[in-house]
Amino acid sequence: MSSPMKIKAVKFGILSPDEIRKLSVTTIFSSEVYDNDGLPVDGGAMDRRLGALEPGEKCPVCGNTRENCPGHFAHIELAKPVIHVNFVKHILTYIKTTCRNCGRILLNQEEVQRYLELLSRLEKLDVKPLKRRLVEYVRRKASKTGTCPHCGAKQYRVRFEKPYVFYEDREEAGLVRLNPSDVRKRLEKIIDDDVRLLGGDPRDARPEWMVLTVLIVPPKTVRPSILLETGIRSEDDLTHKLVDIVKINNRLREHVDSGAPNAIIEEEWDLLQYHVATYFDNEIPGIAPAKHRSGKVLKGLAQRLKGKEGRFRGSLSGKRVDFSARTVISPDPNLSINEVGVPIDIAKVLTVPERVTSWNIDELRKFVLNGPDKWPGANYIVRPDGKRIDLRFVDRKAAAESLAPGMIVERHLIDGDIALFNRQPSLHRISVMAHIVRVLPGKTFRLNLLVCPPYNADFDGDEMNLHIPQSSEAIAEARVLMLVEKNMLTPRYGGPIIGGLQDYVSGAYLLTSKSTILTREDVIDLLGVTGYRGPLPEPAILKPRHCWTGKQLISLFLPKDFNYRRRATLGKAAVLACIDEDCPHDSIVIVKKGVLLEGVLDKASIGREEPESMLHWIIKEYGEDAGRKFMDNVYRMFLRYVEKHGLTLSYSHIEVPVEVLVNVKKIIDSKKREALELIDKYRRGELEPKPGRTVEETLEEEITDLLSKRLLDEVAEAITPYFDLRNPVIIMARTGARGNPVNLTQMAALLGQQTVRGKRIVRGYTGRSLPHFKQWDLGPECRGFIEHGFSEGLTPLEVFFHAAGGREGLVDTAVRTSQSGYMQRRLINALQDLRVEYDGSVRMPTGEIVQFIYGEDGVDPMKSDHGRAVNVLRVIEKVIGWRT
Amino acid sequence: MLRSKSKKADILEHEWVPKHEVLSPEEAAEVLKELGVKPIQLPWIKASDPIVRAIGARVGEVIKIHRRSHTSGETIVYRYVVVDVE
Repeated sequence: MSSPMKIKAVKFGILSPDEIRKLSVTTIFSSEVYDNDGLPVDGGAMDRRLGALEPGEKCPVCGNTRENCPGHFAHIELAKPVIHVNFVKHILTYIKTTCRNCGRILLNQEEVQRYLELLSRLEKLDVKPLKRRLVEYVRRKASKTGTCPHCGAKQYRVRFEKPYVFYEDREEAGLVRLNPSDVRKRLEKIIDDDVRLLGGDPRDARPEWMVLTVLIVPPKTVRPSILLETGIRSEDDLTHKLVDIVKINNRLREHVDSGAPNAIIEEEWDLLQYHVATYFDNEIPGIAPAKHRSGKVLKGLAQRLKGKEGRFRGSLSGKRVDFSARTVISPDPNLSINEVGVPIDIAKVLTVPERVTSWNIDELRKFVLNGPDKWPGANYIVRPDGKRIDLRFVDRKAAAESLAPGMIVERHLIDGDIALFNRQPSLHRISVMAHIVRVLPGKTFRLNLLVCPPYNADFDGDEMNLHIPQSSEAIAEARVLMLVEKNMLTPRYGGPIIGGLQDYVSGAYLLTSKSTILTREDVIDLLGVTGYRGPLPEPAILKPRHCWTGKQLISLFLPKDFNYRRRATLGKAAVLACIDEDCPHDSIVIVKKGVLLEGVLDKASIGREEPESMLHWIIKEYGEDAGRKFMDNVYRMFLRYVEKHGLTLSYSHIEVPVEVLVNVKKIIDSKKREALELIDKYRRGELEPKPGRTVEETLEEEITDLLSKRLLDEVAEAITPYFDLRNPVIIMARTGARGNPVNLTQMAALLGQQTVRGKRIVRGYTGRSLPHFKQWDLGPECRGFIEHGFSEGLTPLEVFFHAAGGREGLVDTAVRTSQSGYMQRRLINALQDLRVEYDGSVRMPTGEIVQFIYGEDGVDPMKSDHGRAVNVLRVIEKVIGWRT
Repeated sequence: MLRSKSKKADILEHEWVPKHEVLSPEEAAEVLKELGVKPIQLPWIKASDPIVRAIGARVGEVIKIHRRSHTSGETIVYRYVVVDVE
């Protein structure tokens, strides 16, 4: 076997005129593309020799048909040289750093010698950044020299005008334009060693090659013409551009040959320069982009490569894949968090190749018999010789009969297969996770609600993608590394990223609260949804009927040696906080030896992104599998309990007694009066400015603070006594399920001051926000103070201010996403190739060290507790927690 | 040892400047062997860097730095002194 050739390096250079002529099969000299018979003209932009494109056409150069002809290059001999726009920067440095007379670098021979030596040493060492720095330094130094150290000629300043015009500032004679011929002549004079010193490569990129005398014409395969339905041929943009270039080139040559006046020649030369420049890049700043007759902007060569849909990002690194599906998602709390529901229609299209063995042959026969239209079936059989049998068109009975070990059956997706599930934008590694397939009726993908947060998914019409790994390696890898349960802990700090939300939290609270007493039927119903198989615990209440508490049910699922103690979210509110175990609020959760003795479960114990919670310790100490089962079973029970209990919210729940409302109005009035007093004080000039603030700023800040924070706090204090834990709004707010006490005040009492960029709303008309106010009114109402709540309803003016304040949030998120997206792209590009080696160091693929030990401590944050390798307090609690 | 000539401050005395030491060629060789890298693959420090001047390290030498670290208390890193063209 011959060993495959290996690419050691790739080097880019500039094509020399000689090379272009050698590559070329013909010159292109005719601006005609097709003759009257519609046949390509010899020497035209679509010359036959540029490659065979039509079916049955034979290439006159290589003799191949269109399948095998690679296409051939041609060239255009330019009547006058033109500058290649993409190289103007380099041309400028060459001209600035070399003598206008003798072409030598503007450094004395001694320096040249010294730098050359240093350069070759650096080249031998192969340290590119240092070489770049030396070149940079040499360039800077040479461009500062005023007279040539070699021939003594005085140097003039060279000015460059975008995009491709060079001037020389001959002090006496003023600005003189250097035409491309002059530029080329200068570049030709630079000797090879000087080119090397200036960072060039004289072998593969001589400076004068940056001024084109010959233009290479790409083969037809690069710019195929398309036949429209009307039978009219439509040429590629590049072809149009080439025709333009040939046309103007011919005209220019004629004028030069006939000795036309200089002005005309210059003008045509400039036009040629323009066409060649826009052929390469049609988005050069400073010149008008070349257009079609229809006004559509032409695509230059650069436009084909550039950007998201360009050749690199769009065609080369962005690949479309087979074995994928996309549809709307919907929730299904009865699936495991590891599962994904796949519609039958999709399961019949996506396949998994399965090799026939003596163990699975019977099952696979059934699939083959079912064929492509009946699930679970199969779409193809691949024989050992690689031949594919399409089960749509064969006698399936015979095909099933002929099935033998060694063949591969591409069978439909069935329950238990592995699939990768993804939602864009994929900002995370957990935006793609592996799920186990459950084929279900319906047209949507189904997923457990608990896995919404990592995907950031909701069900207002979101769609998601599904991919089926095909090889055994990919399947195994997905199962071991990417399964949802393997990703429950975040690699950011080791806490759980998935966990209870909303109804899960209120359900857990209601189930475990002290007042919940369950009858036998309730218990059976609740345990039924969890799939619990075992004896019922001893009832907590024996008479008059056997009754159980919710805490008993939870205890059934806790590991028998589990100890845990934590303050519930409920206890965060001062009125509900417990100091010790003996407490009516039940806000300290205590688990000893796997028994939930006290405390209600809420966000702090079962919630998402709650480190050091019950959920976290179960996952960490009893394994992902135990954690997953806990979420699959117990969390389902929480939902079942809210369903049984019922949790709803109505107008009456945010209503406060009239006398309280009167009181609230009094508070609002007093604060408004305080604000008016401040304004008065300001008007009298008695307001003392705060340090670093003007008087106006001080006033605004004082009023904003007074009317938003201080007022709302006071009002909240006044109304909270009228709400208790029987109120669903309070249940949700206090347990962390949804909403917070501020929201409640906003609904029941008032919204308070609206702000834009942290300031009261001032913009609009001169001296007032709306025409309904007096000019220069500084009062609360004029600047966006809302004294009504949602239960009372807002006045039209208040609605306007509320909308103004609300819009800020929308604008902020829109701006943030685009900015952080771009930042992330750049970070990923910079960091994607780094890896942690076996010695714990972080290195580049080439072996350069980035960090000597990963994170300076070598800790994997995913397996840590907030970055620490061990959590001593938890270890102690785990062992002796049952005694305290 | 070449100390900063300006009377303003000695950077070595500053609280936030970690301890730097120049490694002898033998020590440097040992470190490089341990890490399995060529000197050029270590992170670089310019010869013109104030700390390099202050401890008198020369181009081609390896500097050992004892840094305070948020995550691990103290950590040791190395720098390879490279020429600075200016």
